[in-house]
Amino acid sequence: MTAAMPISLEVNGERVSAQVLPRLNLADFLREHLKLIGTHVGCEHGVCGACTVRVNGEIVRSCLMLAVQTDGASVVTIEGLSDSGEITDLQATFRDRNALQCGFCTPGMLVAAQELLKQETEPDRERIRKHLSGNYCRCTGYQAIIDAVEMTARARMGRKP
Amino acid sequence: MKASAFSYARATSVANALELLVAYGDKAKVLSGGQSLIPAMNLRLISPELIVDLGEIAELRGIAVRGGVLRIGALTRHVDLLRSPEIAAHAPLLTEAVAHVAHPAIRNRGTLGGSLAHADPAAELPAGMAALNATIVVRGQTGERRIAAQDFFTGIYETALSAQELVIAAELPVAQKSSAHFFDEFARRHGDYAIAGLAAQAMVRGGLFTDLRAAFFAVGDRPILAKAATKLINVGVTPTVLAEASATLGEELDPQEDQQASAAMRRHLAKILLARCVSALLGRPDLAPGGTV
Repeated sequence: MTAAMPISLEVNGERVSAQVLPRLNLADFLREHLKLIGTHVGCEHGVCGACTVRVNGEIVRSCLMLAVQTDGASVVTIEGLSDSGEITDLQATFRDRNALQCGFCTPGMLVAAQELLKQETEPDRERIRKHLSGNYCRCTGYQAIIDAVEMTARARMGRKP
Repeated sequence: MKASAFSYARATSVANALELLVAYGDKAKVLSGGQSLIPAMNLRLISPELIVDLGEIAELRGIAVRGGVLRIGALTRHVDLLRSPEIAAHAPLLTEAVAHVAHPAIRNRGTLGGSLAHADPAAELPAGMAALNATIVVRGQTGERRIAAQDFFTGIYETALSAQELVIAAELPVAQKSSAHFFDEFARRHGDYAIAGLAAQAMVRGGLFTDLRAAFFAVGDRPILAKAATKLINVGVTPTVLAEASATLGEELDPQEDQQASAAMRRHLAKILLARCVSALLGRPDLAPGGTV
């Protein structure tokens, strides 16, 4: 059973089948097998949030899931979210507010922030902070990120930022 | 920072999982949500030969209320606890506690059974179980055992569970009308493991505690049901009575020192939490902690 195992899943709307070793985590599967390198690998033990992706509609740490566990699942990465246009406004606001500098944390931040914006139409700054507490950013000091998420929420409500 | 090689088996039932655990003994590890197990494997703190994935065992999921007992399946995820109207109605302490467990992406995967079996002394849910007088239901090939939460946790990452048993569920008495709960913790950042925390369940009548189960966490090698709380039951709580209970608490706790806090600091924070708890549950602002206790 240490041998490669077959998996079949949906990634960004496309059916993917592969043979993977049990030890391969989802982040490495996405990056190395599928070349979807927007999912970043930071701490590899669930602390930094850079590898956040959606599995079956909910955000998870892709470094804390085995690729074999995603057999039959639907995975959406930052590439999928970006290409579908679902977060175009959030991305634009991140740029406008300088909510990224080096960009390493940004894919995880965007995936996590979009989950909050889907669940709550008007989260306050404290709520945004709590929701993003599992995503590290070592450049911005977070204020600009909170700004961008808050502004996107307001804009989606059809209100002035 | 990558897990070493292992074999993987997706258990098809509890019986199938138990067969694998008996065959492999302590060379096997059970994968539930994986939010503590996989970090430990990635850090090479553990290198199991076989991972037994419980993920597909539907019978271990779900929350049910029957005859005054709230039963929570082991595979119930943190996010399920957080959103459950049954938990909010019958064990509101858990709704509050689980909001402090890690971050949304972790709560979407982590499970109650995983948290209990992992038994991190700084974790919120084991303390919640102790405060709520929960029974942990475990199953092996020879049958089920029902273990009181305060006996289930035996040390740092240690429980009464054997390597050939699985946590099946937790069972809790539903909250009574006159019951009240308190949850608070000190952590440097929301979602971090606590430096010191308190989960408490109480019965309050006529301004007195008729029962108070105060489970402290991150201040010992397991959740600690404070004996000091007995000094507050069926007595008019004055600042002097509270100070005596607080002193007793300081004596019974034996906190560890680490990079986050000294033992003395943890003891101090536990006393602050006790005072906050008593003040909040009795509606007595005069008992609220000031700068020191």
